[in-house]
Amino acid sequence: MAKVLERKPLTFWERTYLPQILGGLKITFFNMFRRSETLEYPEQRPTIPPGYRGAPTLVKDPNGREKCVSCQLCEFVCPPKAIRITPGEIPFNAPYSHVEKAPKEFDINMLRCIYCGLCEEVCPEEAIWLQDIYSLTATSRKDLIHNKDKLYELGGTRPDTHQKWDKKLAAEKAHEEGGHH
Amino acid sequence: MLDLLIYLVLHLIYALIVVVVLMSMCAYAVLAERKISSWIQNRVGPNRTQLPILAYIPVVGNMLQRIGFSQPMADGLKFLFKEDVMPGHVKKFYYVLAPCLSLITALVTCTVLPFGLYWAVDPVTNKLAEYPLMLANLDIGLIFILAISSLSVYGLVLAGWASNSKYPFLGGIRASAQLISYELAMGVSLLPVFLWASRPGETSGLNLYTIVQSQHGLWLIFWMPVSALIFLVSLFAETNRLPFDMAESETDLVGGFHTEYGSFKFGFFFIAEYAHMIVGSAVFVVLFLGGTNFLPLSALADPWPHNWIGSVMTIIWFLAKVIVFIFLFIWIRWTLPRFRYDQVMKLGWNILLPLAVANFLAYLVFFALFPNG
Repeated sequence: MAKVLERKPLTFWERTYLPQILGGLKITFFNMFRRSETLEYPEQRPTIPPGYRGAPTLVKDPNGREKCVSCQLCEFVCPPKAIRITPGEIPFNAPYSHVEKAPKEFDINMLRCIYCGLCEEVCPEEAIWLQDIYSLTATSRKDLIHNKDKLYELGGTRPDTHQKWDKKLAAEKAHEEGGHH
Repeated sequence: MLDLLIYLVLHLIYALIVVVVLMSMCAYAVLAERKISSWIQNRVGPNRTQLPILAYIPVVGNMLQRIGFSQPMADGLKFLFKEDVMPGHVKKFYYVLAPCLSLITALVTCTVLPFGLYWAVDPVTNKLAEYPLMLANLDIGLIFILAISSLSVYGLVLAGWASNSKYPFLGGIRASAQLISYELAMGVSLLPVFLWASRPGETSGLNLYTIVQSQHGLWLIFWMPVSALIFLVSLFAETNRLPFDMAESETDLVGGFHTEYGSFKFGFFFIAEYAHMIVGSAVFVVLFLGGTNFLPLSALADPWPHNWIGSVMTIIWFLAKVIVFIFLFIWIRWTLPRFRYDQVMKLGWNILLPLAVANFLAYLVFFALFPNG
């Protein structure tokens, strides 16, 4: 149903455009007293939605075990080649020796990182997570190459729903003791 | 000889004080524009600059920071210390002359404005008489203002011409056409004011002080509203403020006549625009809103105590009126869209000029019939 808009001819006062100007002035005047939309950073921080891709970090198990096993998949998938890993060995008398590998050195160059999240997607151990860190500051370029300790410090602990290595250890033990039934 | 020297030095100090006050009002007008425009647009203006000394005052320091009190100082220092580039392709003499012309005409116009009153014993009658606080009590004050503000066109035209480039050239040409068109309407709309101020019984009709004195009764805006409206619209056009913003923003992306100007010279143009705005508001206040008179009733026109406290109060009251007008300039800028060039020309020549002439004829007839209003 088409709506016909009735256009009345302008009255004398309206043709001077003065009433329209005054109406506009009234609107802007009352807008001055409304609350402003500005987010005053750094006193007010923006709310970070879940799944936000901030800086990459390494996480630990609830038991305190470092989850990364230096498989170097993230190093190979990283588009700007920001990650450099030197893999190492876990000695066989250490607590988690069945895991066998841990990174000796793990450097993420934040000046190269593009926060794409491919390293998080590809990690088989769920060890590297992009968390909600959006503002990185440092006083030299060297300080912006995050090494392993810095990454674990930024990462914190994540709950582990899979318990992959504990299950593997339990399966091996059960296998040694002869079958799982 | 010594008295002459003392006289000169005192007047020099007087002039210096007026110029300093005017320039700091310009700087704070810039801040006011930024703050008010941001409030109108739902945001917060500059609120982070803080002078280290002021930061230690407990409550007031924080408030001053949120108002942006130190922002003009930061802006001024920035304009001063930035690298002042002289592009290779400009005509050097006029390039440097143009911003000076803009600022000088704005400052010279303020020498004839009565911004207050003081009371001293009249040597002839030996009674306390009222004198205006003006830098120069010219008898042709009003024509002086109109003439000098016509000179301010040259600043824009020279800037557009000297920056040897397309956008400033177009901006300068449009600005000059706009300014010349609206000067006519401005002049003709002021003729009824002259008629009123030089009615039989008054000594001189163009002296701004007598115009202020003639508004002891009803202010001129109340019974010459058409004149006031035409003058206000021409004032917006003369100071290149929105909605007549073509000169500096029409060639919008690039900046109009001040495209090629860098740090300090751009600062000059910037300050000159706000100085024009302030002086224009002051002229409007003197002519139509009664200058230093308190309220538009003849009983309450002069409630000031007749000593130096009264002088200070008249100055403060005058400045308050001017500040209301500056707020009006800023308010209208952030409400109305800009006029197109042909609309500006049509408004100036087809609508305002005939209206001003008709208005003048009407008041001519009125004053012929009732010489004393």
